[in-house]
Amino acid sequence: MGWETWIIATLSRTLAYGTPLLIATLGEIFAERAGVLNLGVEGMMIMGAYSGFVIAYTTGHPWLGILVAGVVGAVFSIIHAFVSVTLKANQVVSGLALTMLGLGLAGVLGRGWEGLPLFTPIHKMTVPVLSSIPVLGPILFKGQNLVVYLTMLLVPVLWYVLFRTRIGISIRAVGESPATADSLGVNVTRIRYLCVIFGGFLAGVAGGYLSVAYRPSWTQGMTGGMGWIVIALTIFAFWNPIYGLLGSYLFAALYHLSFRLQAWVSPELLKAMPYLFAILVLIFVAQGTLKKKMGAPAALSVPYTRGEE
Amino acid sequence: MSKQFIEQIQVKELVARGIVKRFPGVLASDHVDFDVHSGEIHTLLGENGAGKSTLMKILYGMYRPDAGEIAINGDRVRFHSPLDAIRHGIGMVHQHFMLVPTFTVAENVALGLPSSRRVLLDLDVVSKRIEELAKTYGLQVDPAAKVWQLSVGEQQRVEILKVLYRGASLLILDEPTAVLTPQEVDEFSETLRRMIDEGHAIVFISHKLHEVLALSDRITVLRSGRVVDTVPAVDATKAGLARLMVGREVILQVDHPEVAQGDVRLAVHGLSANGNSGLPALRGVDLEVRAGEILGLAGVSGNGQKELAEVIAGMRRPTGGRVLFDGTDVTGALPGKLLDHGLSYIPEERMVDGTVRDFSVAENLILKDHHRKPYAHWVFMDSAKIASESDRLIEAFDIRTPSRQTPLKSLSGGNIQKLILARELSRDPSVLVAAQPTRGLDVSATEYVHRRLIEQRSAGTATLLISEDLDEILNLSDRIAVIYEGRIMGIVDREDVDVERIGLMMAGVSEQAAGNASA
Repeated sequence: MGWETWIIATLSRTLAYGTPLLIATLGEIFAERAGVLNLGVEGMMIMGAYSGFVIAYTTGHPWLGILVAGVVGAVFSIIHAFVSVTLKANQVVSGLALTMLGLGLAGVLGRGWEGLPLFTPIHKMTVPVLSSIPVLGPILFKGQNLVVYLTMLLVPVLWYVLFRTRIGISIRAVGESPATADSLGVNVTRIRYLCVIFGGFLAGVAGGYLSVAYRPSWTQGMTGGMGWIVIALTIFAFWNPIYGLLGSYLFAALYHLSFRLQAWVSPELLKAMPYLFAILVLIFVAQGTLKKKMGAPAALSVPYTRGEE
Repeated sequence: MSKQFIEQIQVKELVARGIVKRFPGVLASDHVDFDVHSGEIHTLLGENGAGKSTLMKILYGMYRPDAGEIAINGDRVRFHSPLDAIRHGIGMVHQHFMLVPTFTVAENVALGLPSSRRVLLDLDVVSKRIEELAKTYGLQVDPAAKVWQLSVGEQQRVEILKVLYRGASLLILDEPTAVLTPQEVDEFSETLRRMIDEGHAIVFISHKLHEVLALSDRITVLRSGRVVDTVPAVDATKAGLARLMVGREVILQVDHPEVAQGDVRLAVHGLSANGNSGLPALRGVDLEVRAGEILGLAGVSGNGQKELAEVIAGMRRPTGGRVLFDGTDVTGALPGKLLDHGLSYIPEERMVDGTVRDFSVAENLILKDHHRKPYAHWVFMDSAKIASESDRLIEAFDIRTPSRQTPLKSLSGGNIQKLILARELSRDPSVLVAAQPTRGLDVSATEYVHRRLIEQRSAGTATLLISEDLDEILNLSDRIAVIYEGRIMGIVDREDVDVERIGLMMAGVSEQAAGNASA
């Protein structure tokens, strides 16, 4: 295999693997921008993966599967929104519970579905004309599916929403200083619910993508810790959708390399690499002073009660 | 500017009748009557817990009253949230600024408002309108600046602009002058006058009596949730208002007896230190405090006062310079060692650095000496001794607590501060660092703290008094040092004090230049 083919294959797989990471990261960015840390991403993703597969398998419509995956993720996230926003409980505990619940539930429900092949996955496509561009063509426009492109389109849209619209300024204000937002008539509870549910929807879609497009089949625990990587990526992205895209693809590249380099480097070390990288990122970002400048929402994981500033 | 602001009603008169608000165990508002009309400043005066903020929050829709009614221009209104109040032309400037520090001025103003471009932001339109308002009311501020870069005074202007932008004709101002330098207070009262001339109505909340008298048209005094009296400002006096507030005679000006000053107890030479952000907060501070002297450190919040107190108390590592106690170098010594040198410390954050909120009153009282006699023998605590000593201190320092076993967190701020005083002063300190000792305390508690500090001065303690309340500094200090951006701008003797000059130094003008300017 020539080096050119090698690079093309690696980058192409990077896009495919980075897409679910990116989708879920975009969702978590919105939840955290509104001040709600949701550690339940893994749980919501696996529920999305399971339900997406079941719907796609039984109806034969993969897009319906993706949609239902999103809805299931959203419904699942309402549990977290209710516990952390309405009951004002500890967000870490609630998020962890959501992850465990999701993994357990999908495991039980998915027993009979394991190993079935999906006959109607979302197909890979080749974009005419563009795919014949040298190097870039085969990476970007050959063998990818529509979800990959839709996700890329979503990035600037969500960036624009967050930084250039009324709802965006309200979301960021709720995450930075809910008391301020409340005093100006912004409904803190509603914004937080909406953002958590939106985050849940995208996490569900990310799971659905795995079982309907990427794999496409259902296996227990098929998210394999992706939800945790998403949490780290959200921080790595400084809560900004654009950096979220860079981070997701960078991480996917690292992940993919860990397979590709196995001939030369110990596979155990390579497998640990992405996670090591995640830890390094967290250490780097956790430096208190840096955090402030990088746009960490000041009220992240702090429940808001009116009159208790 | 968008249409809905022009159509907003102009508050000519707001009348609240028989307002009752109960919280578990407290009657916060007890049939309160209050009214304000356009073109006047009506002040709400009262001690902490008198019901000022409850009433204010009811007027602004943050609380719903249990009984009573509010009418605007004769029509009864019911507010379910601040949004309803805003729609009725009411705006509020909170004591703790309600600003998003990472946003620009324009973004802060635009937050929560409909935009002229529907879902998209119209920050250019907002900025233009901000500049118009700034011109009308003398509230200069750059709409594109990030709020965290602004001075406290500028941030307050943003708060007022925010409210005016929303077309408010009735403004509720909660202790707006607490954070300002004397010059900024002058500018601020000028702004208030302009607003009154434009036909706005203002509800002003404060406990600074001279400002209340200077600014208000009418004054309503609250005590224990009830209106004690409403008086025109022209007929009021400081002493009279204080009596109404507290319910007894109050000594506003503490005695400042002659005390023979002794040797230098605390000396600080060329002290430098970094703040929490890692940037220099102290840049070569020199100070000396003698036995029997109170040295007041005046300055606007955030100019290095906190860091200086922490370095002296051993809670922050200096980057340069020396700290001497009685001539002994104690630079960088741990807090425990400094206690042995006779240091007592009243920290700025009394709930964070001064006490353990879940410990009992008795446990908090012995916190600094729990490991030695008479409270401890070997590894055991002597509970009988702890009980008797705590009871003695509770009595001697008039700490109002159900018992010595009561958890500290259920005490009021004033009583927590008395507890800290009891613990720190009963150690008979050689050096006392008192940081913001009366912040957030009401008139009676403040009076008490002042009296104790003066007594300690008579007993020969060298006191460094750090305060943002200039009146407090002026009342208590023998000498006044002014700090600005981590440097001492000058030190003035009590006899030579000129408030204007100190104000200029607080704003960064050197002592000499300030002297020339005010002369």
